[in-house]
Amino acid sequence: MIPIWIVIAYLFILLVLGGAASRLFRGTSQDYMLASHSIGPFLLLMSLFGTTMTAFALVGSTGEAYTEGVGVYGLLASSSGIIHSLCFFLIGLRVWGFARRYGYRTQIQFFRDRLESDKFGLLLFPILVGLVIPYLLIGVIASGSVISAVTEGAFTDSFAQYDYGIPPWLGSLVISIVVLIYVFFGGMRGTAWANAFQTMVFMVLGVVTFVIIANRLGESQPGYDAQASPGGPIAGAIHGMKSLSERVLNENPTKLKRDVDQQDRTQYEQEYERWEALAEYDFATRRLERKVLTSEQQTAAHAAFKPRMPGWERVAEALYARDHELIELSIPERNRARVLQDDRVLPDPMPDDREGLWQSELLRPSREAVEHQESSRPFLERVWVAIKSLWSPRPYTHTLSEFPRIENIAETRSLALFGPDGSNRIGHPNAPLDADDPDGERKWTRKRAAGIYRATHWAPEEPHGMDPWEFLTYMFIPFSVGMFPHLFQHWLTAKSANSFKLPVVAHPIFIMLTWVPCIMLGLWATSAMWEGRALIPPHFPPNAILGAMVQRLTGPVLTGFLTAGILAAIMSSLDSQFLCVGSIFTNDFVTHYARKDRFSDKQVVLMARLFVVGIVAVTYFFSLFEHRRVFVLGIWTFSGFASLFPLVFAAVYWRRLTKLGAYAGVLTTIGLWLWFFSESNYGSDTKYTVFGLQPVATMFVASAVAMVLVSLVTPPPSDATIAKFFPPKRK
Amino acid sequence: MRYVVWGLIVLLIIAHQDIWFWDDTTLVFGFMPITLLYHAGISVAAGFAWWLATIFCWPSPEQLDPAAYAEAHVAPNQVAGGGSVNVEQGGRA
Repeated sequence: MIPIWIVIAYLFILLVLGGAASRLFRGTSQDYMLASHSIGPFLLLMSLFGTTMTAFALVGSTGEAYTEGVGVYGLLASSSGIIHSLCFFLIGLRVWGFARRYGYRTQIQFFRDRLESDKFGLLLFPILVGLVIPYLLIGVIASGSVISAVTEGAFTDSFAQYDYGIPPWLGSLVISIVVLIYVFFGGMRGTAWANAFQTMVFMVLGVVTFVIIANRLGESQPGYDAQASPGGPIAGAIHGMKSLSERVLNENPTKLKRDVDQQDRTQYEQEYERWEALAEYDFATRRLERKVLTSEQQTAAHAAFKPRMPGWERVAEALYARDHELIELSIPERNRARVLQDDRVLPDPMPDDREGLWQSELLRPSREAVEHQESSRPFLERVWVAIKSLWSPRPYTHTLSEFPRIENIAETRSLALFGPDGSNRIGHPNAPLDADDPDGERKWTRKRAAGIYRATHWAPEEPHGMDPWEFLTYMFIPFSVGMFPHLFQHWLTAKSANSFKLPVVAHPIFIMLTWVPCIMLGLWATSAMWEGRALIPPHFPPNAILGAMVQRLTGPVLTGFLTAGILAAIMSSLDSQFLCVGSIFTNDFVTHYARKDRFSDKQVVLMARLFVVGIVAVTYFFSLFEHRRVFVLGIWTFSGFASLFPLVFAAVYWRRLTKLGAYAGVLTTIGLWLWFFSESNYGSDTKYTVFGLQPVATMFVASAVAMVLVSLVTPPPSDATIAKFFPPKRK
Repeated sequence: MRYVVWGLIVLLIIAHQDIWFWDDTTLVFGFMPITLLYHAGISVAAGFAWWLATIFCWPSPEQLDPAAYAEAHVAPNQVAGGGSVNVEQGGRA
């Protein structure tokens, strides 16, 4: 229960901060939405940094480093350090100047004025809100998941289906209400204060967690030389880091670079062959109900195998059957065996060779594996295959990854296997597995059982590198910051232009301080040992890795503090987004179309507050459904915002930008976004590229080209508008 | 100097595409992957480059508030009409 009390105390502090901010509230809508332009450099830095860094900065970065390796920092963090500051400098500073002069409170007000078009606001309004909502949902859902994960086993009898912890729906509800309260009462000032506090919390706790984990985990690695340790927390941590990083170098060198290491490739191919044997053995014995091994052969198989994971007996039998060539299956049967073992959906009807090599060639694990196989052929053979394909195109090789995996199958099957109707291993994580041995192994949580099921049934994870072109074009994504409506609103809170200097300079450094420790933890998680076993088993959900490391390697107090830190990162984005959507509804919709002086300033504040309540309620409602899709949407919403960057850049720097040019740019972005999104199977194909590049690259360039071409052939903006937004040309 | 600073930013964007460390697993100081150290260096260098930008490339008051500049430097009847703006050459607000 200690982590729960720490989180409750933390949430209480936030409410106090919101209450304190509300005491300074001046009662005007200007103050509620923009804190009366009173935010100085430090608060602006903290609120901009806290808003751009979501839970992804702590939880996601560790998980991504675990999955993709060290290149993740360059892919997502160092590029953001350069581009975010570029956006603050080139866009934020200028729009702040315009907003101070012309009283804008939202992005749409600026565009309506700059483009001399009221209807442009109607086009932009649903696009901005539509792109922000999935981003909001990610925060709300993530907060519930984090709270649920760290409170496992906190209750004795309640919430058994949530591993005796707080259910995600309840965690999300509590966080939504806390954010709502301090945004409702504190407005932008409360948001900025809370952001500053929360940003400090997650940065400090990130570093503390890193040092403690490095120390403890380093000591437990095979080959750790305790005698050579210099002692002291920092020196000890460095000594531990060496043993951890060396282990990654020896066990998973691919994670330390952006290409696949041959050692990892060879190891993977061996593991995949073992898995194929298991798939075929299971198919023959369970689906076809054949007797493959005699009881003597089974005994011999067990004797020759070193037991490790649950279900090792079947692995031993499968390998024995493979080595003695005892499994007789046709190629289509062997392909079916692989698809079923990996819990994927079998095609109906089954494909024949006209639709690819299903009947006559074995499935490969992925398209990357096919390409690797092709590239390992001798050069002349590859040339010959290429020439031959000119008059006789070769049917494509089917891959395992082209068949979708059945949703929630690991949870369902693990419950059947290890639940009360199976081996009865699932239960309260503090209860002993064996009642006669109260000090022995504990019962498994449902999450752990699902993890064990995945690790023992599914195909091994294929090592993969990064494509340099993808790496290059990922750099377009941070341009989204130039068009985020909630950041736009934060820019407008600045007290003076000079307030921007500190955020512009410190933002890249803050990114480094937050991300580097998390990346290191994710790398070590790929290879570290703990109590004689792998710390993180295969197929472990990447976003749960940081939480799992903290839970296993630190005490409940630090677990509570780190949970508060993760929630801080989530809430520091959520609050700005809620306030911003409330402001957009109030300013760009209601008051914009109402008769002048229809509403008093007090009524506008009330309206903004009610819209905030409404948007929190709607977001929470949506968060109760369809979780997976929302996370997939994350990168797509960023791509959409990034592709609108040419519009805001041109609006600030290009006199010749016209209303119709802006329409062309926005419609091109949205048209391509919808097309690519549907082509990627609504985000399910996470490897989807356009011309081998990230889709955002094509959308960004196409949007800019359409905007420029149409602007050049349509009448320029009026002289009055030019004079309003641009310094006069020198003669 | 303004061009030097913007050149530095462009250089950082180019240096970010470090294909030269693509396949390098060296551990600097025995624990830090060289790619990570390099990109952490890019982040620090970005902070430095942006610091230079705040000194040498900071927008002038006329760029931050063109209308105020025009009001201060143009005859009132010309601004009020919203027509073409006649500006003193090289003037600053």
